[in-house]
Amino acid sequence: MNAQLRASGSVYFVPPEAGAPERHTLTVLVDNEPGILARIAGLFSARGFNIDSLTVSETEHEKGLSRITIVTVASPKTLMQIKMQLERLVPVHKVHDLTAEGSSLERELALVKVAGTGENRVETLRIADAFRAQVVDASTESFVFEITGKSSKIEQFIALMVPLGLVEVVRTGLAAISRGAEGM
Amino acid sequence: MAEQMTGAEMVVQALRDQGVRHLFGYPGGAVLPIYDAIFQQDEVEHILVRHEQGATHMAEGYARSTGKVGVVLVTSGPGATNAVTGLTDALLDSIPMVVITGQVATPLIGSDAFQECDTVGITRNCTKHNYLVKDIRDLPRVLHEAFYIAGSGRPGPVVIDIPKDVQFALGDYYHLTNFDSHKSYKPQVDGDLDAIEAAVDLMLKAEKPVFYTGGGVINSGPEASENLRELAELTGFPVTSTLMGLGAFPASNPQWLGMLGMHGTYEANMAMHDCDLMINIGARFDDRITGRIDAFSPNSTKIHVDIDPSSINKNVVIDLPIIGDCGRVLEEMVRIWRSKSNQPRTEALAPWFEEIGKWRAVKSLAYKGSDEVIKPQYAIERLREAVKDRDVYITTEVGQHQMWAAQYFPFEQPNRWMTSGGLGTMGYGLPAAVGVQVAHPDALVIDIAGEASVQMTMQEFSTAIQYKLPIKVFILNNEYMGMVRQWQELLHGGRYSQSYSESLPDFVKLAEAFGGKGIRCEDPGKLDAAIKEMLDYDGPVLFDCRVTKEENCFPMIPSGKAHNEMILADSADIGNVIDDRGKTLV
Ligand SMILES: Cc1cc2nc3c(=O)[nH]c(=O)nc-3n(C[C@H](O)[C@H](O)[C@H](O)COP(=O)(O)OP(=O)(O)OC[C@H]3O[C@@H](n4cnc5c(N)ncnc54)[C@H](O)[C@@H]3O)c2cc1C
Ligand SMILES: Cc1ncc(C[n+]2csc(CCOP(=O)(O)OP(=O)(O)O)c2C)c(N)n1
Ligand SMILES: [Mg+2]
Repeated sequence: MNAQLRASGSVYFVPPEAGAPERHTLTVLVDNEPGILARIAGLFSARGFNIDSLTVSETEHEKGLSRITIVTVASPKTLMQIKMQLERLVPVHKVHDLTAEGSSLERELALVKVAGTGENRVETLRIADAFRAQVVDASTESFVFEITGKSSKIEQFIALMVPLGLVEVVRTGLAAISRGAEGM
Repeated sequence: MAEQMTGAEMVVQALRDQGVRHLFGYPGGAVLPIYDAIFQQDEVEHILVRHEQGATHMAEGYARSTGKVGVVLVTSGPGATNAVTGLTDALLDSIPMVVITGQVATPLIGSDAFQECDTVGITRNCTKHNYLVKDIRDLPRVLHEAFYIAGSGRPGPVVIDIPKDVQFALGDYYHLTNFDSHKSYKPQVDGDLDAIEAAVDLMLKAEKPVFYTGGGVINSGPEASENLRELAELTGFPVTSTLMGLGAFPASNPQWLGMLGMHGTYEANMAMHDCDLMINIGARFDDRITGRIDAFSPNSTKIHVDIDPSSINKNVVIDLPIIGDCGRVLEEMVRIWRSKSNQPRTEALAPWFEEIGKWRAVKSLAYKGSDEVIKPQYAIERLREAVKDRDVYITTEVGQHQMWAAQYFPFEQPNRWMTSGGLGTMGYGLPAAVGVQVAHPDALVIDIAGEASVQMTMQEFSTAIQYKLPIKVFILNNEYMGMVRQWQELLHGGRYSQSYSESLPDFVKLAEAFGGKGIRCEDPGKLDAAIKEMLDYDGPVLFDCRVTKEENCFPMIPSGKAHNEMILADSADIGNVIDDRGKTLV
């Protein structure tokens, strides 16, 4: 009558993660109202989702709409929850998983400050040229470069600048858009 | 046609236009203009509470028992923070509620002004949506939109924070009605017809089906319960429900299995474990239901009907999701079933019901009676016996008494059972009963309470006295935080750390001090007479029912266990039942 009571190694709130984590880029169309960023960031922290990068800006001024681009790392099951939970927020119009929906364009901008003299300066400029980074400020012992491209390209550039006298970096976070004629 | 008025007048006008008859609130500096507008009319009745948490639970009880949106009005700062527990409770249990909070004047926001707090910041994650209205021109839209959002889709609480200068400002009021075209919020109410048809096809083939119904059926409204009953009759399938869905299906129906989950019946949990087709109607695979996820109903095909897409595949992988209002989806299921079959599958289901019969025979709710002390289960059975011919609304606090109420008090109708399920808020039941009684002045409203919980919001007994609301507070007094004590017995070697209810008040004298009636009973032989005395009294009663002190609530699926690993009342040595990893789960 009483089912056999055996010790189990499994626990019930913490089922095994369904699938390995993947990096995905989501683009979210929202009403540009006060607190929207806090709402989205709050959702991620409250539900334990990761944010690798988050960018916001108003894109359709007359309609008061903003686009938010979020890069997250999660299992396929969690990714689905992230999308559903975002769509549940009242000011959210649409959520697209650009990574899942096929090819998309992703760009990021970084400003990179490098200080150095002599040989290093020449080498710095040579690499910057190869990466098509622009000099936007220069002094006798420093440069500030502007570089755009995929995050991986920016990371590579920054890595090369470290031994040459990297001082600091600021990055905008990712902007992403789908290819082809279709809009969101 | 637009009409000029102040922000405060707009609030009251919008309440009228929304058909609000009652609101629960507590005044303070930042809402005085609204209180002034309330004073000058008598269409909307204000119920003055004793603590803002009480107001929120009253609104929840009001909402759950009527299907309407519950309304609360509180002041800024401490008024708003006191409402946070009720907001969170309403969010977890999907209760429609609009809470209007006062705020300091807009130029003062952010200056740490007197009684300022970041209400929208604090409540962002415990509301379905919230607003800070800084411009009088937005106020009419926000007021009406708030009611729409609170009451539609998956219901939930909405906060409107209104600075004091906006309450004084003059503006054009208009009554917004058409929200179907809301720009971003569009709940899906109609289920996909192909999916519903596919569901019916699965149901026509199933050999061991079970309906697993939940709070969504109550949320959807009484027609959903009607449709569920009809579909159950047509199909002949057995039905179980979560704590939140009790009453949607009549407990007297032979197809009823009782509640499922951690303290559910053996037959309900075994049917869930062994079924080949699970049809979830408006329930959310809560962890009190599933037990060990990887052992949850291993051999079934799972259909899930839910209005909130995020509920689907959240905890359990679903084979056939149907997004929509369950009332509508059930109606379609009935129609499609009728078009394909004209009889319940009694014969095909006979072996399944035979199995269920064996599980029923286990009598998992049996308990040992006593002539000397009142058993808590017995007290509820006698209470039910005394009121069974009346239209009765039951609320509860949180703990063992709540589970015993769910197990031993059968419900025949929806909206008669108000309990805090998701958040498990002690102190919910007494104010919720006040709210229910406000909505149903002639009905019998009983809070089945624990002596610890009831002390959390006891002051609302005074509200019941003020408004002559004859609620009955039936306290199963075991002198323990029984649910905590039970877990300490199961998990912590019977070390009852801080779970004894020390220095209890004399509940009889307390009731009298409030101006109500107090009754005490400790003799099973006198229980019926005492209950009768309680029911005969025309006014609020505190009933101190002294019950067995160390009774445990069974059956029970321990933490970290599967449905078929339930412990029943007569199991020996419950001290070793839960393994170490289970202990960390609660
Ligand atoms: C001490 C304690 C013990 C407990 N033990 C148990 C137990 O043994 N058994 C038990 O069942 N519970 C128990 N609970 C309650 C439990 O914690 C959950 O609150 C409960 O199980 C959730 O019920 P539900 O799945 O019906 O979901 P609800 O919280 O009622 O959610 C409703 C679901 O329906 C959906 N919905 C809402 N409206 C609609 C609509 N119109 N159409 C379609 N779908 C809709 C929602 O999106 C949501 O997914 C206990 C609670 C406490 C405090
Ligand atoms: C506000 C709050 N604090 C703490 C808890 C944890 N808790 C759950 S049940 C319980 C004991 C309830 O005791 P009582 O009201 O006497 O009910 P009983 O279990 O004895 O029937 C406690 C402390 C809770 N659910 N809510
Ligand atoms: Mg107790």
